[in-house]
Amino acid sequence: MDGVGPNPLAVRTENVCRHFQMGDALVRAVDGISIDIRAGEFVALLGPSGSGKSSLLNLVAGLDRPTSGAVIVQGNNLATLSREKLAKYRLHTVGMVFQSFNLIPSMTLLENVELPMRFAEVDRRERGALARQSLERVGLSGRLAHRPMELSGGEQQRASLARALINRPKLLLADEPTGNLDSRTGTEIMELIRSFNQSLGMTVLMVTHELALAEKHAGRMVHLADGRLVDDIRNDDVPNVSSVPASEQGGTQ
Amino acid sequence: MKSYDVIDLAVRNLRESVFRNSLTTIGISVGVASLVAMLSLGIGLQQLASRRLQKSGLFDTVVATSRRDFRNFREQRDEGPPPAESPALDEPARQKIERLPGVVEAYPDIRFVTELRFGDKPHLTMVAGVPFSAKNNNDAFDGMQGSFFSSDAVPEVILQKSFAEELLGKTPKLGADNTNIAELAKPLLGKELMMRYAERIAPPSSTGPGDGAAYSVVSRQQALKIVGVTDLDPDSMRGTARARVFLPLKLAQDLHVMQSDLRDTSPSSAPTYTSLSVRVGNPNQVPVVEDAIKKMGFSAFSIVDATRSMRQFFAVLDVFLGIFGSLALAVASIGIVNTLVMAILERRREIGIMKALGASDADVRGLFFAEAGAMGLVGGAVGVALGWTIGRLINLGTNIYLERQHFPPAQIWSVPLWLVLSAITFSIVVSLLSGLYPAARAARLDPVQALRYE
Repeated sequence: MDGVGPNPLAVRTENVCRHFQMGDALVRAVDGISIDIRAGEFVALLGPSGSGKSSLLNLVAGLDRPTSGAVIVQGNNLATLSREKLAKYRLHTVGMVFQSFNLIPSMTLLENVELPMRFAEVDRRERGALARQSLERVGLSGRLAHRPMELSGGEQQRASLARALINRPKLLLADEPTGNLDSRTGTEIMELIRSFNQSLGMTVLMVTHELALAEKHAGRMVHLADGRLVDDIRNDDVPNVSSVPASEQGGTQ
Repeated sequence: MKSYDVIDLAVRNLRESVFRNSLTTIGISVGVASLVAMLSLGIGLQQLASRRLQKSGLFDTVVATSRRDFRNFREQRDEGPPPAESPALDEPARQKIERLPGVVEAYPDIRFVTELRFGDKPHLTMVAGVPFSAKNNNDAFDGMQGSFFSSDAVPEVILQKSFAEELLGKTPKLGADNTNIAELAKPLLGKELMMRYAERIAPPSSTGPGDGAAYSVVSRQQALKIVGVTDLDPDSMRGTARARVFLPLKLAQDLHVMQSDLRDTSPSSAPTYTSLSVRVGNPNQVPVVEDAIKKMGFSAFSIVDATRSMRQFFAVLDVFLGIFGSLALAVASIGIVNTLVMAILERRREIGIMKALGASDADVRGLFFAEAGAMGLVGGAVGVALGWTIGRLINLGTNIYLERQHFPPAQIWSVPLWLVLSAITFSIVVSLLSGLYPAARAARLDPVQALRYE
């Protein structure tokens, strides 16, 4: 398989399937995908609508369980984890960014970014400072008390990134993060994600249907169609992050 | 999630849909208010009834009589020494009874029929001695005109309404009596009444045994000042032997009136009593005191079982009032379920986001539970205040009615602290139970489905 670097394994899927029963028809959203992602890789999942990109991402995110096969992250098969352990996995190992930002509208940016820390039971006094730092890092230090509706799409996505990174996850999962943004703002967000991938050595798995964006930022492009892996290309234009300490990545080997 | 964060987020969520949540909370308040109002009236009526009955002397009093007194034939079957060998009911015995644990006081029962002159006219009636303590524990003296005796042995007298009417030459009406007691008392208070009676004097030589039966009788008279007229009958539990004129007990004792019964049949010269009224601090102690008196060799009786059946009646009444009060709370609890289920639908996406960010099932469940509990707490507190007000208004209305009917005011409503605390606790518990299903439903929500929800 292409794109395998020297770093430990971050994610491995073994013949993973996710089938849905829709009336009489069986929809094979993910149909036997096996893929290894090394720590520090920036992988773009590409494919037309209905190709199973988001379904695969949800399986890796621990939001959904496979019908068969295994999704192994940090040595744990997510398919066999209890609901409680899966929630802990989402809390500490994964950071998620969505196409529609998914900020909670009734909360300010600061409160939105603080929210995962509440679930992680981070001390109340530390939370404010950490959330502020995280928002500063994405250039939103002047917008702490604003509510999501008062911000542009790009700002909202940046806040969403700040929230995704607040619990220092090993894995950043992005589902069409630029889908609702104009191309200039989209590029800004992609550069931000790329910078986190580079500076923090964070593994990135991003769903997108914009090939140009993927070619520009992702080190590896995995193409899906009808729930199957059709292509897995190493993008030599983008250097892969190397020498990420295994302790930071929590790899499986 | 830490409990502080659960509460903080729950309060924030409640504030977001303030109108709908307020309506639900008002629903709970009305439920709690009806429960509190019903029970406060039940408790108030119970307290009123037990206060009245306690002051009647029926339930906290043991009547002790000497077994030698052959009139007490109903006691003859009792165990104990035969009447002839039983001790005399004299002053040392009275003091000994008064020292029994739980006994507040033991006083002799003094009553005699005598002639009272008001102006020139003689009136024959039953006169009774009243202990000075009756000032505070016999509610017949609560709403009377004039005042209670100024001290324990003063030549003062309190009249029962019917006797006052007789003195003024009015015929007591049968049935509903609307005579204004204040008007009745006005011409009588401060006036003098002359009591003519027969004093019993023991001859100076009667020191040896067997001489007690010898005594002489001297005709005397005593001027008495009318200080009070009472509407209710302080002696109502005495049946046919009811007195209509009341003297301070000490004065009545000092007069040594020759009583019509067979008092002083003792072989010794010391005076003995026909019967003693033994007042007990707590009605629950009545059986113990009764037994102790019987062990001393006297006859004793009380009507303690009646309080038990009264308490049983009020317990049943409270249960019924509580059930009716709870019905409104049951309806309110359906409101909580509805509000929270609506909140799940409305916040479906938010729940999905929280789960994607790492919230556990327990976090989501706790959040909905806390919201239900908070509505229960606020609803309970507001409901108690509302119920308190309703109870107060009913009490006020009843007293206005009673006043118009020339009855003394009564407290028919009571909200003790335990009722406040248990109503709020009950409200929270009912709200939490109502939150069980919505909270479980929210916790089991599939995050992928929830995130897709627009």
